[in-house]
Amino acid sequence: MKIRTFRIGGIHPEENKLTHEAATAIASLPKRAIFPLSQHIGAPAKPVVEKGDKVKVGTLIAEAGGFVSAPIYSSVSGTVFKIDTAIDATGYRKPAIIIDVEGDEWEEGIDRTDKIETTAEHPELTPETIIDSIKNAGITGMGGAGFPTFIKLCPPPSAKAECVIINAVECEPYITADYRLMMEKPDQILIGLELLMMAAKVKVGYIGIETNKPTAIDLLTKKCKEKFDGSIYSVEVVPLKQRYPQGGEKQLVDAVINRQVPAPPAIPVNVGAIVQNVGTAYAVYEAVMKHKPLFERYTTVTGKKLQHPSNFLVRMGTPMQDLIEACGGMPEGDNKLLAGGPMMGKALTTTEVPICKGTNSVTILSGDDARRKEPEPCIRCAKCVGVCPMGLEPYLLAKVSEARNWERAEQEDIVSCIECGSCQFTCPAHRPLLDNIRQGKSTVMGIIRNRAAKK
Amino acid sequence: MNSILIAVIVLGGIGITAAFMLYACSKKFAVFEDPRIGQVSEILPGANCGGCGFPGCSGMASALVKESEKGSIDGLSCPVGGQETMSKIADLLGIAVANGEPKVAVVRCNGTCEYRPLIAEYGGLRTCSAMHACGAGETACGYGCLGCGDCVSVCQFDAIHLNPMTGLPEVDEEKCTACGACTKACPRSIIELRKKGPKGRRVFVSCVNKDKGAVSMKACKVSCIGCGKCEKECPFGAITVESNCSYIDSDKCRLCRKCVSICPTKAIQAVNFPAPKPVDPKAEERKEALS
Repeated sequence: MKIRTFRIGGIHPEENKLTHEAATAIASLPKRAIFPLSQHIGAPAKPVVEKGDKVKVGTLIAEAGGFVSAPIYSSVSGTVFKIDTAIDATGYRKPAIIIDVEGDEWEEGIDRTDKIETTAEHPELTPETIIDSIKNAGITGMGGAGFPTFIKLCPPPSAKAECVIINAVECEPYITADYRLMMEKPDQILIGLELLMMAAKVKVGYIGIETNKPTAIDLLTKKCKEKFDGSIYSVEVVPLKQRYPQGGEKQLVDAVINRQVPAPPAIPVNVGAIVQNVGTAYAVYEAVMKHKPLFERYTTVTGKKLQHPSNFLVRMGTPMQDLIEACGGMPEGDNKLLAGGPMMGKALTTTEVPICKGTNSVTILSGDDARRKEPEPCIRCAKCVGVCPMGLEPYLLAKVSEARNWERAEQEDIVSCIECGSCQFTCPAHRPLLDNIRQGKSTVMGIIRNRAAKK
Repeated sequence: MNSILIAVIVLGGIGITAAFMLYACSKKFAVFEDPRIGQVSEILPGANCGGCGFPGCSGMASALVKESEKGSIDGLSCPVGGQETMSKIADLLGIAVANGEPKVAVVRCNGTCEYRPLIAEYGGLRTCSAMHACGAGETACGYGCLGCGDCVSVCQFDAIHLNPMTGLPEVDEEKCTACGACTKACPRSIIELRKKGPKGRRVFVSCVNKDKGAVSMKACKVSCIGCGKCEKECPFGAITVESNCSYIDSDKCRLCRKCVSICPTKAIQAVNFPAPKPVDPKAEERKEALS
């Protein structure tokens, strides 16, 4: 069988999957949990608790602040210490609810047993009730971007969903959280996929996995056969060639169903695909079948110099510091702390930042890895053009952004950039291509928004 | 001989015909341009800095003439030419001009390397806007100056420079034309156009940190902690504290400097005042004796 991948560009960075075989450990409860109100794309959540309120595990502490927003649930039991600001993954102080942890008392109604609930046992489920449960459980994309999941399941009337693609690619180096989840909870993921397919009213599902995870491919293929053979659903596990950024929605759609998503504002559903992360599928299962809102996630804590890189099932709101200590503490010398992996991750200046809905990994790069190399003049090798998965010309976009020529940047489709960083990774002159492009992209997007607002 | 004559007649004929056509066209399709626009353009400095908000000085000139027909040019001002230029233009257009006080760019951050310790090293593109998008920057203050000099690179008048000792930009008051380019370039809106004040004397809060006092103090020793002492002290009601940061209204401030001495973190700065006179010990004694 030919192994598929997306058509243009892409790189293959060193994998460094240090924690591939490290079974997921349950992280210990933090002493104080921090819940930033803006853990998702869209309006920040609105707190519904006050200082001094008692909360349990699974208590609603903040409700959705708009249509594109998501509620937040407490992951711990205890007392609300204060509603204040805390540094989140953006690097800035943002409003947050801070809870002092006391014991571990769960809300009634959350099914904590290991029993696997199948859809056959719950004929009462309809697409509407599933979407409602997903919305109320505060589920957002677990792959990092954090877009509220229920919105993806309700496509605009101009588009029609044809299939659900589960993103189990995990093309980012170092991270293994999704892989561990697949190895440890395969049945739940497939039920989650089934629920997503029911909600989106489609019959076709795909699970895209890169070939560096052969055991996961085998396991899920077997489980899929057992579960979906003879059912109304057709689900296929698609092995994909290792190539970054295959986990990008558009790249994944191209790789799996061979369709190209047009330039923004088009989204994958415009070509019939709804892409959901494998972690999201699991969260959907937990929310719909176990009545458990989103307050826990699989997270990898990794780094070459870290003593015991590990995978954790961690309650959200746990400061990164606690997890790093559980892995043997911050290594000596210069380190770069990233929320996420080395390609897409966000560098942080403090370990106080809590694990949020989208934190799939905490990566610590040490020594030389932590530093960038000195930029040199462009040698016109065009490697950046060759690796750009969106078919853009990164050298040009960087140049026009630097020259603040926004019109040209817009003409050259700067808004199509997915900020994967392949260009900067591959540049032999170590030029800050993506830094410049990001600047240009955000400015051009602002200009476009203003123009639309004026009309 | 004959051929020369023919050439002269033909060319002369074409010339005369063309001249008539051109004359007719120029009369028929004449566009009236207010001669005052040209005159105003000549008065304007011609730097084309865009500080007025129009594309270049000619754009400003036509806007001025247009507004003058409505009766007032108060909303418009040339930051480079200042009051002098504006009153000249007003004279030309035959209307009165409101007296705007001269302004100057003021950097409202005093977080020097000494007061605001570095907690991280930034390895990316060294522009303020890129660093601002990445996070709080190299110090723990998410509001303060990033020190990459976006303001310096946009200044057309060479009026703002980074001081390598403090890492902060400093404005050359002589050169600053208050065009406002730096205020727009600063991603954190630290730079403000304030009234220059009599003899350049002015008092301002040199901090824009909106964090709570304990947090901002931890990040920077000279931050405004929003304690409100200055607000209480000010006899003219010029100071307001909003979201943990104090602001002095330069219209109301009478430069008494009571706030400067009371500020616990020395976040309020008074510039261009003469150095305080050395206290005469005898005078002090006399005062004590009297009381």
